[in-house]
Amino acid sequence: MTTSQPPESIAGAHLTAARLFSVLILLAIGLLIAILIAATFGSVHISLIAAFAEPASADHAIFFAARLPRLVMAVVVGAVLATVGAALQALVRNPLAEGGILGISGGGALGAIVALVFLARLGWSESVVPIVAFGAALLSTVAVYRLAEVDGQLEPFTLLLVGVIFNAFWGAAIMVVNSVVNFYYAHTILFWLMGSLEAPTWHEVALVAALGLAGFLALMYHARDMNLLSLGDEAAEELGVDVNFLRRLIFVATSVMVGAVVSVSGIIAFVGLIVPHMLRLAFGSDHRLLIPASLIGGAAFMVIADLIARVAISPAEIPVGAITALFGGPFFVYMLRREGGKPIGL
Amino acid sequence: MSESLQPGSALSAHGLTAGYTPGAPVLRNVSLEVAAGELLAIVGPNGSGKSTLLRLLGGAMRPWEGTVELQGRALHSIERRELARQIATVAQENTVAFRFTVLEIVLMGRAPHLGAFRFESRRDLAIAQAALDRFDLLPLAHRHIEELSGGERKRVFLARALTQEPNVMLLDEPTAFLDLKHVVGIFTRFRELASSRGLAVVATLHDLNAAAAYADRVMLLKAGEVVGYGSPAEVLTESNLRSVYETEIYVGTNPTTGQLTILPSLTPRP
Repeated sequence: MTTSQPPESIAGAHLTAARLFSVLILLAIGLLIAILIAATFGSVHISLIAAFAEPASADHAIFFAARLPRLVMAVVVGAVLATVGAALQALVRNPLAEGGILGISGGGALGAIVALVFLARLGWSESVVPIVAFGAALLSTVAVYRLAEVDGQLEPFTLLLVGVIFNAFWGAAIMVVNSVVNFYYAHTILFWLMGSLEAPTWHEVALVAALGLAGFLALMYHARDMNLLSLGDEAAEELGVDVNFLRRLIFVATSVMVGAVVSVSGIIAFVGLIVPHMLRLAFGSDHRLLIPASLIGGAAFMVIADLIARVAISPAEIPVGAITALFGGPFFVYMLRREGGKPIGL
Repeated sequence: MSESLQPGSALSAHGLTAGYTPGAPVLRNVSLEVAAGELLAIVGPNGSGKSTLLRLLGGAMRPWEGTVELQGRALHSIERRELARQIATVAQENTVAFRFTVLEIVLMGRAPHLGAFRFESRRDLAIAQAALDRFDLLPLAHRHIEELSGGERKRVFLARALTQEPNVMLLDEPTAFLDLKHVVGIFTRFRELASSRGLAVVATLHDLNAAAAYADRVMLLKAGEVVGYGSPAEVLTESNLRSVYETEIYVGTNPTTGQLTILPSLTPRP
């Protein structure tokens, strides 16, 4: 077979390296624009030029003390949540799956709260918080997956119902902890349930970013295997994928990522649902593109959501988790009507 | 592919006994052998163990007793990805989560040949294109898989299996959902592939006439046991079929083509 030219009739029907990089560059430009807009606007309009050029200006103080930490948080949290959403959807072969909807974020949040309230009192370092959150998220992920499995098949509605139950259960457990502890913690906990990008320490943000990146790289390495998983466990296995290993890898990677994010931002739902869905519609379902595109697209989405949270009823602020849920709720219903009625995929 | 043209058995099974619940085997003591370039049809009523046998041959399921060998090597000793380069399986029903294009699905057949980060090369694309062409799918390459009809989708998965460049193909009811033109087309293509590439094909079939017309050998199963194994004329006899299907069946020769023809003896409406 001599083919020096790519076959004309099939050109463009699949993902190429050139297309991957051009889409990622396009998304990165979009993210940059979103960051510039979000840095400029807020309860006060600032000049980015002044912020950098004049260290004594109010613009400088506002940008570096208030806007920048929020932006970094939004980028990290959005990137991680959207990537986790895409990976969980590949795992359960259902575009309606997402950390928040499946109750995994709720489990992680309960773990983080318990760690914060009890372990911190015992004099433990606060760096155990993401670790306990990870453990709780992993437990939730495996439990949700196993409970939704009927005769080795993941039934889509069972999966969503199990997620609903887990969310209700973890929410109740968090409220119980809320009732037990004193007012200071109670305030924090409410914040947690709503989801917030209030800046934690730089140290914490860096830890979350590092864990998120590690999870992302592990998922990226298996992106093609995730494509094959779309054909079903047995078909993927017949194409050379170690499905049990891949499943465990996704369990652990997404739990590390959710645990890390939840321990700094609380439960921010629907980002992992909306972002991968839009990207799939625009650029196709190949996970070699979808996973990195979700990383960048999730960051951009969260930066915009946070901007809306800050300016919608300025000078007051809406929790960013409320913004994503206000968009995400109707979006979920739309997707459920579109995708939920038929068996997964076909 | 020329190395696969050598004689000898491509795939063999010896004394397979297997099942899903302990103490209730769905297959008992099944042995078979397929040579390169040969087409073996497995026929029998629903629940006779056809699909289970196919899963055992592909390594998707481990037998309780007996062994499966690929070119003389025990199947379970072969590494997963290498096995995927040797054996391609097309299930009876194929579902795809998410919107992939036809070409993307077919290119998935190259996965066992590619490293984790490698994009498909020109050669991979050429192989996929040839497979699409062979199953008349080139005009559909850009379409999303969920927009296709059942028969078109079936052909996409056959093309994907071909793109794996296997030596053995296991097909579970490859012509279910297909209209007559494509039934004939698909068997003709697999016959061509068998002789040109030395591909060994094992297919479960409901259609006894297709088995008679296209298979080199036929295995007739009833309730997990082999009733007949040999050439179509040896196996597809009136007495064998009557006992397996528990209904009157007429076996004759088509007077114009000389082809073995099997018909159920339907009772006409009074």
